[in-house]
Amino acid sequence: MKDYKCDFPQLNDDYVYIDSAATTLTPTTVIDAINDYYRNYSVNIHRGMYKQSYEATEIYENTRRKAAAFIGAKTEEIVYTRGTTSALNLLAQRYGNRILKKGDDIVVSELAHHSSLLPWQHIAAETGANLRYVPLDSEGRLIVDNIKKTLSDKTKIVALTHVSNVMGYLAPVKEVTELAHAVGAKVVLDCAQAVSHVPIDVKQLNVDFMAFSAHKMLGPTGIGILYGKHNLLESMEPLEYGGDMVDFVEKDHAVWKDVPQRFEAGTMPIASVFGLAKAIDYLEAVGLDHIHDHIVKLAKMTIDGLQSIEDVTIYNEHSDSGIVTFNLKNVPSHDALSFYAEENVALRAGHHCAMLVGKKLGVNSTLRASFYIYNDEKDVHRFLDVTKQAVDYFRTLGF
Amino acid sequence: MADLSHMYREIIMEHYKHPRNKGLVDEEGYNKHRIKNPSCGDDITIQSKVEDGIVKDVRQDGSGCSICCASASVLTEKLKGMDVSEAKHFADAYLDLVAGNSYDESLDFGESKVFEGVRKFPSRIKCASIPWKAFKKTIE
Repeated sequence: MKDYKCDFPQLNDDYVYIDSAATTLTPTTVIDAINDYYRNYSVNIHRGMYKQSYEATEIYENTRRKAAAFIGAKTEEIVYTRGTTSALNLLAQRYGNRILKKGDDIVVSELAHHSSLLPWQHIAAETGANLRYVPLDSEGRLIVDNIKKTLSDKTKIVALTHVSNVMGYLAPVKEVTELAHAVGAKVVLDCAQAVSHVPIDVKQLNVDFMAFSAHKMLGPTGIGILYGKHNLLESMEPLEYGGDMVDFVEKDHAVWKDVPQRFEAGTMPIASVFGLAKAIDYLEAVGLDHIHDHIVKLAKMTIDGLQSIEDVTIYNEHSDSGIVTFNLKNVPSHDALSFYAEENVALRAGHHCAMLVGKKLGVNSTLRASFYIYNDEKDVHRFLDVTKQAVDYFRTLGF
Repeated sequence: MADLSHMYREIIMEHYKHPRNKGLVDEEGYNKHRIKNPSCGDDITIQSKVEDGIVKDVRQDGSGCSICCASASVLTEKLKGMDVSEAKHFADAYLDLVAGNSYDESLDFGESKVFEGVRKFPSRIKCASIPWKAFKKTIE
């Protein structure tokens, strides 16, 4: 296969980066696009008549079109946000807040990242709505039968995680959406972990809202997308008020711009939008299906390898993505992490911003390796070698 | 691995596997303080009893990585018997020692000196510090 490593200047020969579920590395094309903005434009958008401002605005708005096409949405359904977290908070505050009443249900699951759980937990407390957790099956999966049992005519929102950032499981989005719509609920899909390798067509999935972050799909930090069906976005008030989101201002009131501009107050991270365009180009050139197959293969190799090492516990042996979650027996994950760090292997330990999954697994803290397109089989072998050394090292110390 | 082995010294493993003064007591005169670092799972409670300006007893409980748990164990032995201002001064000096700051080198650090090995691992400084920060809260 093509060597993608050379597109990523952060990598070098002995550095194994397998923390892509936290954030992906940045290819040269994205870095160049960010620099292009600062070097050649560095102007504000939407307000200037001069060439530089006009062109920067074109790139900013063309990126919106590109993002829309990337997920099968209409351009005016794409809102720029700071990332998935901002997008989901905006939704909870401005959509949830408007439609939820005391006694209504919000359906969530323990697989949710905190960004897809806490905005709803907060709005539930504010409105008197109830959080209902879909019981996970014995493997920790979200299954359609259990979702069916949790839904009722009280359900107004279903907050669904497309790919779990700890277990790597894919949720049955289309089935859930059909069931949710049948009881009159709206579906909010957290695609932060999915967008980098799962082709998403919001119209085909028929979700009402979805959100993702650029930095988990080769793009820059500080920019993400909220998708919403147009009539639903239209029904929402802005969360931030200020410049560039308003048509008319009187002394005692103002008239907001149409969506999506109404949700983009102030100067947005324009350079990051430039970068996002190139990230989408990169993903489309490689192909999401190809990326998916590649990372699933590496994760499978990793799981097979870990299974042959004594004293390793794997928590998601049937991962559907590039995520492998495990621990070394009797070794607290942060002790293990220092060993990997010494060997220049970058992975993550902790609760991964999903504490309820840890509770479900019965551990406070796990190690997580997450693969992406720039990883290869050599990385897997190196990771497995270091894991064997770590097991021996900590055993010798007496753990 | 030389730096790592400098951190995981025998004393640390000994305290990790055989923690001293573990388990809290439910008696009058004790103050306790709990510090959690949920991102890595460290969760330590320190309990101290001060009488006539002297730290009469120090206990610890909780869970976490080896550095954090061993540090809590060493702390309980080191600080017991000191007068309060001395104990506070010692805790401050220890926190400087592990953070790589200049510290009062005239003190007898004893076993607690081994935790200076975390200096090479900035992300572990917090692990070695949590119990001592919790102790300081118990004598405030």
